[in-house]
Amino acid sequence: MVFADIDAVQSALAKQDYVCGRALATVVFLSLRLGRPLFLEGEAGTGKTEIAKAIAASLGRRLIRLQCYEGLDAASAVYEWNFAEQMIAIRAAEAAGGADRDILKTELFTEEYLIERPLLEAMRPQDGGAPVLLIDELDRTDAPFEAFLLEALSDFQVTIPELGTIKAPEPPIVILTSNRTREVHDALKRRCLYHWVDYPDFEREIEILHARAPEASEALSREVVAFVQKLRTEDLFKKPGVAETIDWAKCLLALDVINLSPAVIADTLGAILKYQDDIQKLEGSEAKRILEEAKAGLETV
Amino acid sequence: MVELAALELPDDPKLAQNITHFARALRKAGLPIGPGRIIDAIRAVEATGFTERADFYWTLHACFVSKPEERATFGQLFRLYWRDPRYLEQMMSFMSPMVRGVAEERTAQAAEKRAAEALLDGQERDLPTPEEDGEEVEISIDASQTISTQEKLRSLDFEQMSTAEMAAAKRILASLRLPVPPILSRRTQNLPGRLPDWRATMRGAMRHGGEVTDFATKRRRIRYPNLVVLCDISGSMSQYSRAVLHFLHAVANREGQGWAQVHAFTFGTRLTNITRHLRTRDVDAALSAAGLEAQDWEGGTRIAECLASFNRDWSRRVMGQGAVVLLITDGLDRDTTADLGREMERLKLSSRQLIWLNPLLRWDGFAPKAKGIMAMLPHCSSFRAGHNITSLEGLADALARPHDSGQKARLMAMMQG
Repeated sequence: MVFADIDAVQSALAKQDYVCGRALATVVFLSLRLGRPLFLEGEAGTGKTEIAKAIAASLGRRLIRLQCYEGLDAASAVYEWNFAEQMIAIRAAEAAGGADRDILKTELFTEEYLIERPLLEAMRPQDGGAPVLLIDELDRTDAPFEAFLLEALSDFQVTIPELGTIKAPEPPIVILTSNRTREVHDALKRRCLYHWVDYPDFEREIEILHARAPEASEALSREVVAFVQKLRTEDLFKKPGVAETIDWAKCLLALDVINLSPAVIADTLGAILKYQDDIQKLEGSEAKRILEEAKAGLETV
Repeated sequence: MVELAALELPDDPKLAQNITHFARALRKAGLPIGPGRIIDAIRAVEATGFTERADFYWTLHACFVSKPEERATFGQLFRLYWRDPRYLEQMMSFMSPMVRGVAEERTAQAAEKRAAEALLDGQERDLPTPEEDGEEVEISIDASQTISTQEKLRSLDFEQMSTAEMAAAKRILASLRLPVPPILSRRTQNLPGRLPDWRATMRGAMRHGGEVTDFATKRRRIRYPNLVVLCDISGSMSQYSRAVLHFLHAVANREGQGWAQVHAFTFGTRLTNITRHLRTRDVDAALSAAGLEAQDWEGGTRIAECLASFNRDWSRRVMGQGAVVLLITDGLDRDTTADLGREMERLKLSSRQLIWLNPLLRWDGFAPKAKGIMAMLPHCSSFRAGHNITSLEGLADALARPHDSGQKARLMAMMQG
């Protein structure tokens, strides 16, 4: 099942509690229609990883996630042989007295002893169609792995010397995300559809909060979003993302807060600001000022 | 995804043509768009079958934009072009130099060269020799009897060099090396080492009928860190900054220096990224381009503010994976605020090594009395002079020995005492 048009994408994602703007929906639609990887870049906590989950859920596909880290190599991204099992098999064959070279060779390097890692898994046929392959935080790996991905993503096949080439029957839906701690090479970007995921505007963030934390009252949601939106215009080292807004709203609910007050903000600041410098900046009268400005903004709306 | 089927153009050939023209306009504006992307864009537009202007916008946006900075350019050109394509062509001639054609750039080059010369060599400063510099001068006079002029040049202060001496010094600087000690990466390579290589062991065993005869090992691969340079170009620093920029240009462009990437920033009243200009092969062209970009050559210094903007906008993007930071400034902040120490601390925390080159250290009686210096000193990992060629050569030592804090310990003691 592929979506008929952009509206269909938007409503299907909304059913998964993912509120997305027209721009993002357009790119998702295109990526599915053209079979191109989708490259999402943006600040942390703006919903890049979530969209992959939402797409997988709405299409009824499996989500395969490859979390990138420094030093990620083919053995942990594509496949590895199960050496312990292989050793045991050799010993067992010897003990039984039937350690025939050629037979061993063909028996030891079979799928039985293969440990599949995310990339190889994504090339396999799946129930319900090609999976959604999420390559998360690509900027954390290094250039050699990028080059390897370039090859894997253009042909959707993987070669295992002992077994041969494994080709995906149907290309997986690939979503790459990056927090931009370094620039990803243009060659890789060129093969993808690019989208910069920005912080949502006031109305959209309210919608997101309704979808993700429906228990929160209308008044509280509006105050929370107004405060966070105001906070993003301040000079901070790390601006709070949408994920922080949702977390914070949930914290406030757990504390049975009905209205924001400077005291409550001071107690729960750790949920939205993750750097000591930023938290210090908001201590004292700063939080009160921002809250007052945010509330004033709400009244004029 | 490699499809070689004939490209089906939308019914309206005009549209395909317009997209192509639009792509060319974007390319002129500096976006890296090849024919492959144009074909993609036409396909994408065909796939959306757009009815709304916004959809059309985002479709082209997805195909043509690949960096956040490009979004604004794309937006402007989109509005101009899709209002009336002919209008755009007229506009092209009036728009920013970025959008103007290549031909014009050619003619400008000669003028730029002259500008570079004026900027770099044209100023002969006949400054009186500072009195505090007694010892320094003595050494060079003393040395002139025994060592070659080149040796003398090495210990001469950049500020006191004549134009000819400066030119000679630049040649030496261009040949200097800044070797970098590699760091162990998490990746491995197939050379004998300490880690077990199960894959190779099994493969070897299979050759002997399942008998493990040899235990293969592998070792960790090495990689090189990034170098981030923050260079003060205010009035008091200009001569040193130019010399160091020459040096950096050599470091950034020579093969086999080891550095993974060299990022360079200048600051005075505001922070400017000149990394792109340093990639130009010609030193003068690179520096003059950098000079155009950094409008505040020889203005005042606002160190705290510039470091803050670096920490906010760039540090996460260029400091990943253990970068070494080279900070070149005299530490004389125009508006001394309490923030300087904090910004410096943040910089230190996100870097692997923070080396501060301060040309003021050449004075024998130098003491950390200025507020800015006192705020910054505790946070650097190494503090050294950077006023002549020899001291820049010494930089390589500082890099090789991460625990070498240069003059920091001595000055810290002086500060507390």
